[in-house]
Formats: sequence, C-alpha cells, structure tokens
Amino acid sequence: MSDKLPREVAEAHWGKTRNLMIVTLTIWAIFSFFIHMFVTALNNVVILGFPLGFYMAAQGSLIIFVVLIFWFSHRQNAIDEEFGVAED
Amino acid sequence: MALTMKGDFTDNLGKIYGIYVGGFAAFVVLMAVLAQLGVPDRFILWSYMAATIAIYAFIGIMSRTAQVSEYYVAGRSVPAVYNGMATGADWMSGASFVGMAGTLFVLGYDGLAFVLGWTGGYVLVAVLLAPYLRKFGAYTVPDFLGTRYGGNPARLVGIIVLFACSFTYITAQVYASGIIASQFLGIDFEWAVFAGLAGILVCSMLGGMKAVTWTQVAQYIVLIVAYLLPAIWMSTVQFGIPIPQLTYGGALSQIAEYEAILGVVKSHVVPFQTYSPMDYFFLIFCLMVGTASLPHILMRFFTTPTVREARKSVGWSLFFIFLLYFTAPAYAAFSKMNLMSLFAGAEGNLLAYSAIPQWMINWGSIAGHQLVTICGVKAETVAAIQAACEAKGFAAGFPYAELRLNNDMIVLSTPSIAGMPIWVVGLVGAGGFAAALSTADGLLLAIANALSHDVYYKMIDPKADSKRRLMVSKILLVVVALAAAFLARTKPSDILSMVSWAFSIAAAGLFAPLVLGVWWKRTTNIGGIAGMAAGFLVTMYYLIGNVYGFDLVKGTGDEISWFGVQSISSGIFGVPVAFIVTYVVSMITPAPSEEMQDFVDRLRLPKGGNMMVQTH
Repeated sequence: MSDKLPREVAEAHWGKTRNLMIVTLTIWAIFSFFIHMFVTALNNVVILGFPLGFYMAAQGSLIIFVVLIFWFSHRQNAIDEEFGVAED
Repeated sequence: MALTMKGDFTDNLGKIYGIYVGGFAAFVVLMAVLAQLGVPDRFILWSYMAATIAIYAFIGIMSRTAQVSEYYVAGRSVPAVYNGMATGADWMSGASFVGMAGTLFVLGYDGLAFVLGWTGGYVLVAVLLAPYLRKFGAYTVPDFLGTRYGGNPARLVGIIVLFACSFTYITAQVYASGIIASQFLGIDFEWAVFAGLAGILVCSMLGGMKAVTWTQVAQYIVLIVAYLLPAIWMSTVQFGIPIPQLTYGGALSQIAEYEAILGVVKSHVVPFQTYSPMDYFFLIFCLMVGTASLPHILMRFFTTPTVREARKSVGWSLFFIFLLYFTAPAYAAFSKMNLMSLFAGAEGNLLAYSAIPQWMINWGSIAGHQLVTICGVKAETVAAIQAACEAKGFAAGFPYAELRLNNDMIVLSTPSIAGMPIWVVGLVGAGGFAAALSTADGLLLAIANALSHDVYYKMIDPKADSKRRLMVSKILLVVVALAAAFLARTKPSDILSMVSWAFSIAAAGLFAPLVLGVWWKRTTNIGGIAGMAAGFLVTMYYLIGNVYGFDLVKGTGDEISWFGVQSISSGIFGVPVAFIVTYVVSMITPAPSEEMQDFVDRLRLPKGGNMMVQTH
C-alpha cells in the first residue's frame, strides 16, 4: 500500500465498523431467535387471518432481514467515506 | 449474438435479459395456445424441458472463456443486482423449490425453521464476511484460508471441509433433478439422473463462473415465475386478489375451521408439535451459520466489481430469495386448504371412493416412490384403495387422516390438484429443474475450482500455465459430476436432510476460521487450523454416529445421541467447539507476525484494490 493510513484513523474506522456490526447482529438475533420464543403469546393476536407469531416467522422477520442488510451497507459505506477509505 | 450492441456484454445486460424475459413469456403463451389446440400433454412437458435446457446451453456456450479470471470469478464484473439474482438461483436448490412448501404443508409452523434459517444467514454474510473476502480478492475460499493461516496445511483442511459439505449438497441436487426429470419426461430415474447431469455440465464446463453466472440469472427468472404463478393463480381464484402473500391469512383461518370439522389434532399454526423448541432454534442457528459458510455462496461475492457492490449485492441476493421464501408458506396454505375442502365438504367428512380425484392416482402410481398413500397403501387404483380402507372399517369413503402425501410432491402437483392447465404444470416442472440445475452448477464449480486452483495449481504444480489449469479444472468438473450422479443413483436419503447436513458441516468447519481470520487479529496459524479441524471432526463424528452408528449401518441400535439433538442440527456442537479451540490454541501460540497483522488491517479497508494479485 502506497498511502498507508495513520494508525489512529485506522483504529477509529475499525471501532465504528465494529459498533455497527454489534448493532446489526443484535437486531438480527432479536428477529432470528428472541421474538420467536414468544410465538404462543403472539399467536393470540390475529391480523387479517394471520396469527402474529406465525406471521413473524413466515414473513415479518424476513422483511426485517432484507431491510437490515440494505441499511447496514448504507451505514458502512457512510463510515468508509467519513474516514476516506471508501473505493473511488 | 446477432444483435448490434455497443460496448461489451455487461453494458447491455438490461437489454439482453429484457429480450430473454420477452422470449420466455412468448414461449409460455405459445404453450398455452398449443394446449388449447389439443396438442398432447406429453409434448408440452417435453417442450418446456427442451427449450429451457437449450437456452441455458446457449448462454453457456456464448460465455465460454479461456481467461483465468473470467473462469474463476467472472472477470469481477457482475453488477450487484445481477449477482443477487445469480446468488438467488445458486441458493434456491431443488430442496427449496420442490421441498419447502411441502415441508410447510406437513409441519405447519415448525417448518418455518427452514424459512427463517435460510434467509437470516445473509445478515451474517453481509456483516461479517462478504466485503472482506471480496477485498482480499481470492479465487476460492481455501485460497483465503491458505493465505491467512500460513500456507498449505490450512488450505488442505479447508479443501477437505469444502469437499465434504459441497459433495453432500450436490448429491442431493442431482437426485432432485433426477426426480423432476423422471416425473415430467416419464423416463426411468436412473437415466433421468444422467439427463439432469448433462444439463448441469453444459452450463459450467465451457465458461466456468462467467457462464454459470449468466445462466443462473436466466434460471432465476424461470424459477421465480414458475413459483409465483400458481400461488397468484390460487389467490385470485379464492379471494380475487392476486397477492397470495397477503391473502393467505384467509386460507389460514379456513384451515383452522377445517381442522375443527375434520378433527385434525396437529394445528397448522400452533408451534412445536413436531420439533421441540430446542430442535427448532438449533436448526435455525445451524442453517443460518451454514449459509454464511457455504463456499459456493461465498464465492458468488468474489465476482462483484467493488467491495461496496459486494455488500449491496448481499442485500439484493436476500431480496430475490425472499420473493420465493415468503411465498412458500402461502403456497402451502392454499394447497392444504384446497385439499381439506375435498373432505370437509363431503358427507360424513369422508371422501367417497367414486370421488377420488385423478391426480391422486396419477401421482400415487409413479413407480419407485411412495408419493400418495391412502389407508396405508400406495394409491395406484381405486379398487386397491377401497379394499385397504374397507379393511380398516371405512365403508363410504376414507377420512383426511388416512391420506398421506410426500413432502416433495406438493409443489410439483399443486397445479394439477388445483385444476390448472397443463402449460402451468409444465412451467412448474421447468422451474424446479432450473432450481436444481443452478445450485448444482454453483456447487460443482466450487468443488472443481478448489481442486484445480488450490490443490493442483497452488500445491502440486505452481508453474502450470493458464491453459493447463483450465483444462485440469474442466476434467475435474466432469469427474466430480459423474461421482455425484453415481452416488445419487443409490437414493441415499431424503433431499431435505442431506441438504441440512451440508449446512451443519460447512458451519462447523468454516465459520470460525473465516470470521476470526478477519475480526480477531490475534488468531494464529495453528489456532485457525486446529479450530477448523476440531469443529469439522466433532460435527462429522456426531452426524455419522447419530445417523448410522459406527458400524455404518442404519437402525442397528449403536447410534449415539447427545441431549437428543437431531442429526440435521449437528453443527450446534461443531460451531462452538471451533471457536473455543481456535481461541485457546491462538492464546498459547505466539502472536501472528507483524506482516500478518498488517495484512488483516488492509483487509478491513475497502480502499486500495484487490490485495491478492493473481498471476495469469
């Protein structure tokens, strides 16, 4: 690498990247596991014929995952640009 | 191509696939017209198979290449959206297309573990792996492991894990394509396997990743249309709204009413009736982590032009996969409602022998498979069914509880069950075939590339020129494909279990070394190798021990079971073991060199282009 980044900048960039990773994976874990632990209670709420617990596993969590990845890549890109390490 | 185009292929993607979609639609319309004119059904079904395979072969031949970087990573020129479609086809296998809705039909809520497990893993891919592997610029996953963990020993362990998971997976795909070809073309399963194989090879042999990418985009379009159309059809017929994903709430309520009338104990929406909560969450975990470790998926993200595109491309991939997966539960609900209505409307809730629909007999009498079972017998003739049911004391007809449908037939048979015309039936067959072919192509390429690039070029003959390397790769492709076909002919197990094993093996062997290699600088060479080997061995030990026992014969009573975990979730042991062993061994071995730490630092920054400069 011709233009090596100063150590502090690299560390600050990685710190922000790591925080974003933790936030993203926390949301992921909530919608992958946590809410489905309450499926029986959620199934008592019925919307348009869908019991809510069933709906979350069949559709709700999936929508969250798709949106989450696009949000993540947008945020990560903003972090890369902030530290001047994005691709040209 | 005869079209006049400015610029190269990638500049004209929109135009090319626009024409392709138009041509495909025209072909479907033509089939509908021919069916109206009274052309025999068999002709329509053969036409679907022949036309789709011909177009894949055409794309494969058009994108043949003699360039190494095009062969291995499609020249790194695939835009995010198209890579998303290709990944979707790569991902959605015969098991997803053929088996998923059937599993949901039978298991109800518990089957949703597959829906969740096979989508959520992409979050892990996007956050933890794809951008960094893209930045590294490898051709294969073992290439990354070899560079990060000090050379050939790590590369070799990586190849062994890759081979174990991908080969299990590809056997299931060849098997699925054989089943579809045998049912739609009416030829023997043993021959149909080889017919499927020919379809697989024409795409991947000539042009490697480049050809596979562009055929997979074409296959995605076929499979998604084939999956959505019957669901939209049923939704429109039933509720007048062509959005099945919204309207199947109504179908769920209807199923609940039928369940009450027919006295069905296992309710469709009530959780944990087949799996315990532990099974359910372990399975989700293994499938998600496996998603983020399967080499044929990870290598799709090597083909984007930039790191930024690689990240975005994961989002598009999941979006295209989501289109099928959020339709699958609707598909299952509509099919189940249709089937239950046959019984709930009849007198005494029994289906009279004179009213047995033709499709039950058609599917039931397919030789070599138990697809429809009524009162414990294969549904071959009305007389046989009547005899068996009367022996059980059902004089007027048989109840819903005595009908058993095989998971793998639900999707393929729903069009005929719901009374759709033959051109829809043929379309669904073509879609299932596209799904199995595209996944098999990706897997085959992952295996052949690892063998030719990592074993042959990097370990055996580093001086080989590019012509020779590609030749070796193409020969290996055929060898691996034939081996998978011969194994598939023995009908080893059901599709969904085999696929789930592949996920557990990949998760246990590859997830920890890949993630820690990027996210924890302190991971040492020996730590990485030891973790990879330990995770893989623990999972293989449990998988073989649980399914066969150590005499390698099923059901002899020496099978092991730890805490009652099922074989499809055996990655639950290997993944933590791999992390713990990697951590402990890394801590007791000297820290990685300054150079390696720099290497990881550079991996983390998108700027600066590929790190690994490939020699040609």
